[in-house]
Amino acid sequence: MTRWPRSYPFALIIALIALIPVAVLATLATDSADMFDSRNLQVLNNTLLLMLLTAFGSIVIGVPLAILTTYVYLPWRRFWVVLLAAPLALPSYLGAFTFYAAFGPGGELETISGITTPRFNGLIGTAIVMALYTYPFVLLTTRASLASLDAGQVNAARTLGLSLFRSIILVVLPRIKNGIAAGSLLAALYALSDFGTPAIMNFDTFTRVIYVEYNAFGLSQAAMLSLQLMVIVGLVLILESRVKGTQEQPGRHLMLWPGKWQLGLMLASTLPVVLMAIFLPLTIFFLWLWRDGSGNFEITYAWNSAHASILAAIFAVVVALPVAYAAIQGKAGRIMERITYIGFGVPGIVMGTALVYVGLKLPFLYQTLGLLVLAYVLRFLPLAVGTIRSTSEGIDSSLVNAARVLGASPNEAFKRVTLPLTMRGLVAGAALVFLEAMRELPATLLLGPTGFETLATYLWRVYEAGYFGMAAVPGLLLILISGLGLALMFSGEKWNELKQL
Amino acid sequence: MLTVKNLSVNYVDLKVVNNLNLTLADDEILMLVGPTGCGKTSILKALAGLVPISEGEINLGNWRATPKNQIPPEKRNLGMVFQDFALFPHLSVEQNIGFRLKNYEPVNRWIERLGLGALRDKKPNTLSGGQKQRVALARTLAHQPSFILLDEPLSNLDAALKDDLRWEIRQALKAAGVPAIWVTHDQEEALSVGDRIGILRDGKLEQLDTPENCYSQPVNRFVARFLGEASFLPGRLASDLTVSTIIGDTKAFPINGAEHEVDVLLRPDDLKLRADQTGKCEVVWARYEGSARLYAVKTEDGQILKVRSRHENRVAPGQKVNLNISTTHPLAAFQR
Repeated sequence: MTRWPRSYPFALIIALIALIPVAVLATLATDSADMFDSRNLQVLNNTLLLMLLTAFGSIVIGVPLAILTTYVYLPWRRFWVVLLAAPLALPSYLGAFTFYAAFGPGGELETISGITTPRFNGLIGTAIVMALYTYPFVLLTTRASLASLDAGQVNAARTLGLSLFRSIILVVLPRIKNGIAAGSLLAALYALSDFGTPAIMNFDTFTRVIYVEYNAFGLSQAAMLSLQLMVIVGLVLILESRVKGTQEQPGRHLMLWPGKWQLGLMLASTLPVVLMAIFLPLTIFFLWLWRDGSGNFEITYAWNSAHASILAAIFAVVVALPVAYAAIQGKAGRIMERITYIGFGVPGIVMGTALVYVGLKLPFLYQTLGLLVLAYVLRFLPLAVGTIRSTSEGIDSSLVNAARVLGASPNEAFKRVTLPLTMRGLVAGAALVFLEAMRELPATLLLGPTGFETLATYLWRVYEAGYFGMAAVPGLLLILISGLGLALMFSGEKWNELKQL
Repeated sequence: MLTVKNLSVNYVDLKVVNNLNLTLADDEILMLVGPTGCGKTSILKALAGLVPISEGEINLGNWRATPKNQIPPEKRNLGMVFQDFALFPHLSVEQNIGFRLKNYEPVNRWIERLGLGALRDKKPNTLSGGQKQRVALARTLAHQPSFILLDEPLSNLDAALKDDLRWEIRQALKAAGVPAIWVTHDQEEALSVGDRIGILRDGKLEQLDTPENCYSQPVNRFVARFLGEASFLPGRLASDLTVSTIIGDTKAFPINGAEHEVDVLLRPDDLKLRADQTGKCEVVWARYEGSARLYAVKTEDGQILKVRSRHENRVAPGQKVNLNISTTHPLAAFQR
C-alpha cells in the first residue's frame, strides 16, 4: 500500500504554481531602493491600527448578536441569522463607496434631509465600515462555540445566586473566548488585505499605498510593501492556527424565552447594524438608479465579469480535484493542499502586483485574460478545494466497497458512486469561485487587459471620476451577486447545521 | 461450497488472521464471534477481496484466490452486508436494491418479502435503522451472490429491534439458499442464529462447531467464558467419568483428555439453589433479571459460583442455602 497515489504528481505541480507569487515578490523586492523609510512606518502604523480597531469593532457587534441569535428564542430565527450574517457576503468596498457618498457635507443624506452629517473617512470611517462588514465572522464562530456549550453551568450559576447577565459574563464568555478570537482574527485578516475600503476612504494602508506605487511605476517598491504586508498576514495566520476549538463535551445549550417587550427591544437593538450595513447601500444605489438611470453603463462590463469568472470557476474546479483527493490520501497530500491555501492569504493587490511582474517577464501572458484568470484561480482555489474535499471526505469508503462487492469495477464504482456524490461539492466550489471572482477588485484593476472593464473596475472608475450616480447598475448587480453567494453559503449542509442550532 | 485453506492476513507486519481453515455447506450460516480486535472483520474483508491475503487460499468452485492471484471483489460474485449499511445516499431504495440489475424481478421479490413496498422511492437518509438494514439485505440478496458476508449487521440497531431482525435475516438467508458468514461480537446472537459458530481469538479460530457443542463442550476456558456466564468448580475425575465435587457428584465430559484433578464448567442454570438454615453455602449477592434471579453463592471452601433460579425463588444476600448440580448432561471438565 506504499504506492504513490495518482493525484500526488498533479497536486505537487499545482502547489508549486501556488508558490509563484511569493517567490516573484521576494526577487522583485530585492531591487527596491529603500527597505524602510519614515512614510513606510506611517503606513505600518495605519494598517495595524485599522486591523486592531476592526477586530475590536467586530467583537463589539458580533458577540452580542451571537448570544442573541443562539440563546434567545426568536420567531423566524433562521431569517435573523441569515439577515445578520448577510454583510459577510457583501464586499465592503460597496459599503465604503455608499458611505463615502452619503455622509459629510454635500453628501446624499444632506441632499435628502438637509441635515449635515460628519464625513466618513480616515481611520475611524474605514474601521467602522470594516467592522460593519466583518462582524459576521465573529457572529458565526461565536455562535458555533455557544451552541456547543451545555446550559448546566449557567443554570448552576443562577441557582447559586448570580444574575443572568452576570452568569453570561462570568460563566459563558470565558468558555467561548477561542471562538471569539477565531472570528476576530478573520476580521483582522480581512482588514489587512482589503483594498477597496481604505482606498475609497482615503486612508493610507499597505494595500492603498501599493496601488499608488504601482501606478507611479514603482513596481519594485510595490513589491517591497507587498512583502511587508505578507509578513503581517503570515503572523496573523500563525496566530489563527494556534487558536483551538473548545474541548468541552457538547450538550444542550441555554435557551431563553423573553417577554414580548424584551424581545422587541432586543430585535430593535440589531436595527442600526442592519440599517447601516445593508439598508443604506441598497437605498443609495436605488436612489441613484432613480435619479441618474443607468448612466453610461454598458452590459459588456457585466459580460466581461462573467466571462472571466466562469473561466476561473472551471479552471479552479479542475485544478482543485487532484489537490482535494491528494489531501484525503495522506500526509504529503495534506501538505500540498496547505500550500495551495497560500493564495487565500495573499491580498488581491499583492497577487496582482506579483502577476503583473510575471506578465512583464513572460510577454505571451502580458495583458491577457489568462493572467487575470490565473490570479483568480490562485486566490480562490482554496474555496474549491475546501468544498470538494469536505464532500469527498463525507463519502464513506464502505460505499465504494459495497459497489465493488455488488460487482462494479473500480471505474464503474467511481462513475456511479463517487462522482455523483462529489458533484454537489464540484458545483458548489465552482459557484463560490465564480461569485468571488465576480466581485474581485484589486487584482482585476491591475491585471485586466486594456479596455477590459468589469463591474468592479467600472465602479472604481466611477469613484475616481467622482460621478457617483453612475454606480447604480453595477452596484446593484454586485449586491445581487452577493445575495446569490449568501444563498449558496447557507444552502446544503450549512443550512442543515443552522437548522439544528 | 466455500473452502478456506490456511488463510493468513498481515497488516504490514501484524498478523491479524492466522492460518484459518473452514468449509461451508450450500445453505449454511456460520457465525464468527470474538472479542474486539480478534480479526473477525479482517476475515470478511479478505474473503470479499477488500484486503489482500498473505497466505493460503479461498476457493468458491468457480474462482480461487491466492496471494499470487488476488481476485478483485467484483469478480467474486459475493454479497456483503455492512455494519453501517453503506446504502448509496443519492439513490432511492429501489435503485439501491437494483444497483447493477437489469432484470427487476428479484428486486421486486425481495422488496415484497422484506416488507419494503412503501419505501420504494424513499432516499436512505429518511429511513430508520431497521429499514436501512432490510434495504441493505435486500440489495445483497437481489444481486444473487453465491455466498454472503455479514459484518455485524445488527450492531448499529436498538436492542428491541435486534431480536426480530436477526430471525428475519436468518429466514431470508435460508429462503435464498446461499451460504453465509456472519460476524458478530454478541454471543447470544451467535448462539441463536448460527448453524455453526466459530470463536476467534487474536486472529486464530479456537473452536468451530454447532452452537450446542461450543456452549456445553468448549475446547478451552476462553471459549467457555466468552459464550456465557461460566464458573469453574474443582473436582476429582474417576475412570468411569464421574466427577466428585464439594456439592455433589455428576457425569463429566473430559476436554483434551483431562484426568484426575479437574475443573468442572458450571453454567448458572446447571445448578439449583434452595434456602436452608442448615445449608453450607451462603448467598453473596443477588441480581433480579425479570424472569429469573442470578445469585453469586459461596461454597464452604470459598469458591464463588453463579446460579440462575426462578424469579419467585427469592433469597437475600447473607442467607444460608443448599446447592446441588441439577443438570443431567455431562459437564465439561478441564485439566486443573
